[in-house]
Amino acid sequence: MELDTKDDEYMYSGHVGCPGCGAAIAMRFTLKALGAKTIVVLPACCWSIIAGPYPQSTLKVPVIHSAFETGGAVASGVRAALDVKGDTETTVVTWAGDGGTFDIGFQALSGAVERNEDFIYVCYDNEAYMNTGVQRSSSTPYGAWTTTTPGQDWKKMRKKNIVEALVAHRIPYAATANIAFPEDLVRKVQKAKALKGSKFIHVYASCPTGWRIPSEMSVKIARMAVQTNIFPLYEVENGNKYTINYKPKEYLVREYFKLQGRFRHLTDRDLDQIQEMVNEDWEVLLRKAAERV
Amino acid sequence: MKRVIEGSHAVAEAVRLAGVQVISAYPITPQTHIVELLSEYCASGIMDARFLRVESEHSALAALIGAQSCGVRTFTATSSQGLALMHELLHWTSGARLPIVMAEVNRALAPGWNIWTDQTDSLAQRDTGWIQLYCEDGQEVLDSMLQAYRLAERVYLPVMVVLDAFYLSHTYEPVDVPAEADVDRFLPRYEPRFQVDTENPCAFGQLVPPGFYMKMRQNIAMAMDEALVRFDQIQEEFYGIFQRRYGPVEAISCNDAEIILVTSGTATSTCRLVLRKLRDRGEKVGILKMKLFRPFPVAMVRKATSRAKKIAVIDRNFSFGASGIFAQELRAALCNTPGRPPVFGYIAGIGGLDITMELLEEIYWKTKEAAYPENESVWMGV
Repeated sequence: MELDTKDDEYMYSGHVGCPGCGAAIAMRFTLKALGAKTIVVLPACCWSIIAGPYPQSTLKVPVIHSAFETGGAVASGVRAALDVKGDTETTVVTWAGDGGTFDIGFQALSGAVERNEDFIYVCYDNEAYMNTGVQRSSSTPYGAWTTTTPGQDWKKMRKKNIVEALVAHRIPYAATANIAFPEDLVRKVQKAKALKGSKFIHVYASCPTGWRIPSEMSVKIARMAVQTNIFPLYEVENGNKYTINYKPKEYLVREYFKLQGRFRHLTDRDLDQIQEMVNEDWEVLLRKAAERV
Repeated sequence: MKRVIEGSHAVAEAVRLAGVQVISAYPITPQTHIVELLSEYCASGIMDARFLRVESEHSALAALIGAQSCGVRTFTATSSQGLALMHELLHWTSGARLPIVMAEVNRALAPGWNIWTDQTDSLAQRDTGWIQLYCEDGQEVLDSMLQAYRLAERVYLPVMVVLDAFYLSHTYEPVDVPAEADVDRFLPRYEPRFQVDTENPCAFGQLVPPGFYMKMRQNIAMAMDEALVRFDQIQEEFYGIFQRRYGPVEAISCNDAEIILVTSGTATSTCRLVLRKLRDRGEKVGILKMKLFRPFPVAMVRKATSRAKKIAVIDRNFSFGASGIFAQELRAALCNTPGRPPVFGYIAGIGGLDITMELLEEIYWKTKEAAYPENESVWMGV
């Protein structure tokens, strides 16, 4: 499949992300899909740093940096201002990490999408507070080491299913995407751009630094997350129409886990248990999608 | 045109007259009447504004930060817990140099739950970089709101217009609601010096190394200093059109006063009656009404009190472990002046307790009898 974007780049070289940063790849493709008429609202996250320090900026679109928990609210205000100025052309996109989305920013996000504000909320998910040194978030997967779930205290709770939480708000569009599937990511961003109301895109963005993987493995591991059903690619329209976008290879989750230092401590028994969890989640998703057929 | 309206509605009328474009608010008593009337104005088309009914005060201010960054005029209102919840973003607003205007209805902080007036909520925000204007009556509320937009948009700092719960927010008084054309002469359309623009993409509020950061903070300090000068000029312009002026402070009978009572908010009105009564008995008493709290009008306070023998500050607020907050500021303003008068601190009207004429008279006599204050604060009426 050819990438349906122009050659335009909205990210300058010289961003200050770590080598292999999935979030940098995610931003590049998202902006290709959105184009120049875009305002980015950027609550505190890795990208607060990646975008570069004053007086430079690595993005070719305007960026409003904002407080950690304000992604949904600041975007609502930007949209309102554009509306009163008669600007219906510009897309407002909130670009937040998993901490700013699943945890501290969840209230403002829920409020904004309940009001069905016309904007796109992108959560690039690297599954912990990476910018502050790998602390657990409610997006951190079961089994993971972080600096606040060290040793035998590895995370025993499952990852919050953020897409389903958003779907429960019955917003026009919610989808997952992944940096290893840029065509799918770009299509979903463009689809979201064309729709009115609140759109949510949950982008899997690998983090070599926090996941303890070599930087050149970033895209491969992202791809495996989809192939193993750990992070299925799907979209939900109006809170009920499910479409699964990728038929997985059904690789075993242990292949994905074995490659990452953050899961090194897990035993075969733990991995079997995780495999069961992934299978169960996948069955639930299949049922939801099948109901529509 | 004179209309009998409550203090809350004086705020709402000013917001309408200012042509505010984006309003964002969350309900909290006693601020609610302000946003209820504005909701009606937006719903009925009297105002051509977007009203965001957000899910918290934190989001109310966050939404305005987004909107104001795009170069439109904005408004919110809150009280007490709501203002406390906004605290983080109060710093953000001034740091981002956004001329947002807020009406803040003074209400006591919990626990226990208390919806009545108390200034500790707004005064606790004194270091957030917001200009603060305290009001005595409905007319002053409306006028201060209009002046607030002029001032904010001149110095690029946010302004909080502060009014007492119930004594002012819910009290009906005759208020001259000016004609739109007159307001337009005083307050022209907002023309932002900078705004978010896709034709000129910039980053707002990004990572800033220490050297730049310190310079930016110094710029805020300089803007605060400028606000003091501009506020005087703006009030003169306002007087030229509306024949009303308030000053950063109002010195009443201070020229020959031996004792000056320092007040703010609605307690000033009661104090005016006490002044008349005491003056009739030959007492040399004056009032210094504090309107502008940030920036603190140090020179004006020094000038107004330069001939006084004693100063008695009435604080409807308290900084635990220190004293009344206006008293602190008065002491700080006077400490480097030669022959400064002693400053007596009285705590009164906390949690909405009435500040009566009798109480103010008692404060006067206590001050007159004592050579120096025995304590930093004397709690009255408890």
